[in-house]
Amino acid sequence: MDDAIVVEGLVKRFGETTALDGVDLTVAEGSVLGLLGPNGAGKTTVVRILTTLLRADAGRVRVAGLDVVDDADAVRASIGLTGQYAAVDEYLTGFENLEMVGRLYRLGRREARARAGELLERFDLVDAGDRPAKTYSGGMRRRLDIAASLIARPRILFLDEPTTGLDPRSRLGMWEFIADLADGGTTILLTTQYLEEADRLADRMVVIDRGRVIARGTADELKAQVGGQRLEFTVTTAAVLPDILARLRGLAVDEPHVDEQARRLSLPVSGGAEVLAEALQRLDGHTAEIVDVGLRRPDLDDVFLALTGHAAEETATDDQPVEPAPTGGMA
Amino acid sequence: MSSLAATLSDSVVITKRNLIKVKRVPDLIVFSTLSPIMFVVMFRYVFGGAIGGLPPGVSYAEFLLPGIFAQTVVFGSTITGASLADDLQKGLIDRFRSLPMARSAVLVGRTVADLGLNAISIAVMALTGLVVGWRINSSFGEAVGGFLVLLLFAYAISWLMAVVGLLVRTPEVVQNASFIVIFPLTFVASTFVPLETFPSVLRTFAEWNPVSAVAQAARELFGNFPAGAPVPDAWSLQNPVLYTVIWTVVILAVFVPLSVRLYQRTATR
Repeated sequence: MDDAIVVEGLVKRFGETTALDGVDLTVAEGSVLGLLGPNGAGKTTVVRILTTLLRADAGRVRVAGLDVVDDADAVRASIGLTGQYAAVDEYLTGFENLEMVGRLYRLGRREARARAGELLERFDLVDAGDRPAKTYSGGMRRRLDIAASLIARPRILFLDEPTTGLDPRSRLGMWEFIADLADGGTTILLTTQYLEEADRLADRMVVIDRGRVIARGTADELKAQVGGQRLEFTVTTAAVLPDILARLRGLAVDEPHVDEQARRLSLPVSGGAEVLAEALQRLDGHTAEIVDVGLRRPDLDDVFLALTGHAAEETATDDQPVEPAPTGGMA
Repeated sequence: MSSLAATLSDSVVITKRNLIKVKRVPDLIVFSTLSPIMFVVMFRYVFGGAIGGLPPGVSYAEFLLPGIFAQTVVFGSTITGASLADDLQKGLIDRFRSLPMARSAVLVGRTVADLGLNAISIAVMALTGLVVGWRINSSFGEAVGGFLVLLLFAYAISWLMAVVGLLVRTPEVVQNASFIVIFPLTFVASTFVPLETFPSVLRTFAEWNPVSAVAQAARELFGNFPAGAPVPDAWSLQNPVLYTVIWTVVILAVFVPLSVRLYQRTATR
């Protein structure tokens, strides 16, 4: 399979700051790449360079087999971009927005209008199609924005944080649209700070932090890098934790983690359901204090914490005392 | 599609988009017509009686209207900068720049739409002027020439404002910043009062101020400056049409390429 996007040694500086410090990545034709990283990691800068909006200081970028600097116009003709802002003209109606973008992609008048109608239908905007976009909700604007980037049936689609700021219901809807597009064969590069989003939509992921790639692979590969499964117990009162730990310590394959504040015990284990059964047996007679038991695999949040030493979403850091990486010594 | 045809077609699409906004936001059209009407009436009746030193045979209404035309179209052009800054802030310029469209089309479409707004303003002012005593005393061809000179100069100022908008990036700041420049430019000029009353330094500035020339050119072409009137001292005002055209060409030659270049490099931050 050919690569739709090839990026080699990408460097971008803004004055003193190095925003990108040698980023390499490839996206196979027809696949979805999740570009992950915290705020300020350089995700948007990558997207800007790949979509010809910004010039790199060093490195080579080919999109759809074309150089983004030398063949910028041909690149633009084969890509669609949905930026972080819903870039719709709020005074135009939904239909007029789509028609305008279609005309600027050099579709004929008739085709632009036909596509605008199709996309309004597909993105559930038919009723709102002749209202100015000013009257749209945030979710509707995003949908219109994505529809606009699809009007010329681009082979490659760039989605820069497509669900940031959306309510949970709109986010789920957006995920369905994106998954449909991927099923239809569109190559997608998606940036996000929501690990759940990448886990759900992306075939492969590249994690960047401070302008460098710090990990890459499938979701499973990344999780495997961080560690195996854990047994977690949440109890009614922290006072019983030492007793439970004493009974279960033998099952742990690595250092257990006790979080008194969350009244939670976390044991790295191997062996799956059998370990769970064994643990419950050992706790015979003490189950009254236990409110939750679970066998967990690390999620991408764990991956992120382990790789970067900080959580994916900045707000997580200034809350409570920061919990050490749940996987303990494995990180 | 040839590249010229493509540029034209893209520019038409953008012009249309900008004019739709004028249709949907009536405030725009109200402001660009009401404030000129206010200026015409205010200057004509509030200051009109006190302003002297006019060439013999010229009423203040005849002297004033071409000046108000010049001032209003220059002010009207500031909207180009504010609108571009607004598009930049809302991420629309990013969208346009990611499309395979002509580099200059966003700017051409913007300036052409703003030219349309200015044309509407002039039409409203001319009608108001006729009501308060302004008259065109020249041939039809000369009168058309008068309107063309005004619009041509305004069009050039639009491109200057485009550069300001792309550099400043905040619509409100563009408005305020341009006010600081445009206000003296349009008032320290022969727009509202004859230059004879100005102190000498200010007078020299006003004589060579292109806005004075635009006003003077319009006066000559509308026949509001009778043949017998004393000839101004400065070359710029003796040849106001030529002087205005020179300024227009120079402004366009500098600011069209500059703004296209800026546009290609700019991106929402």
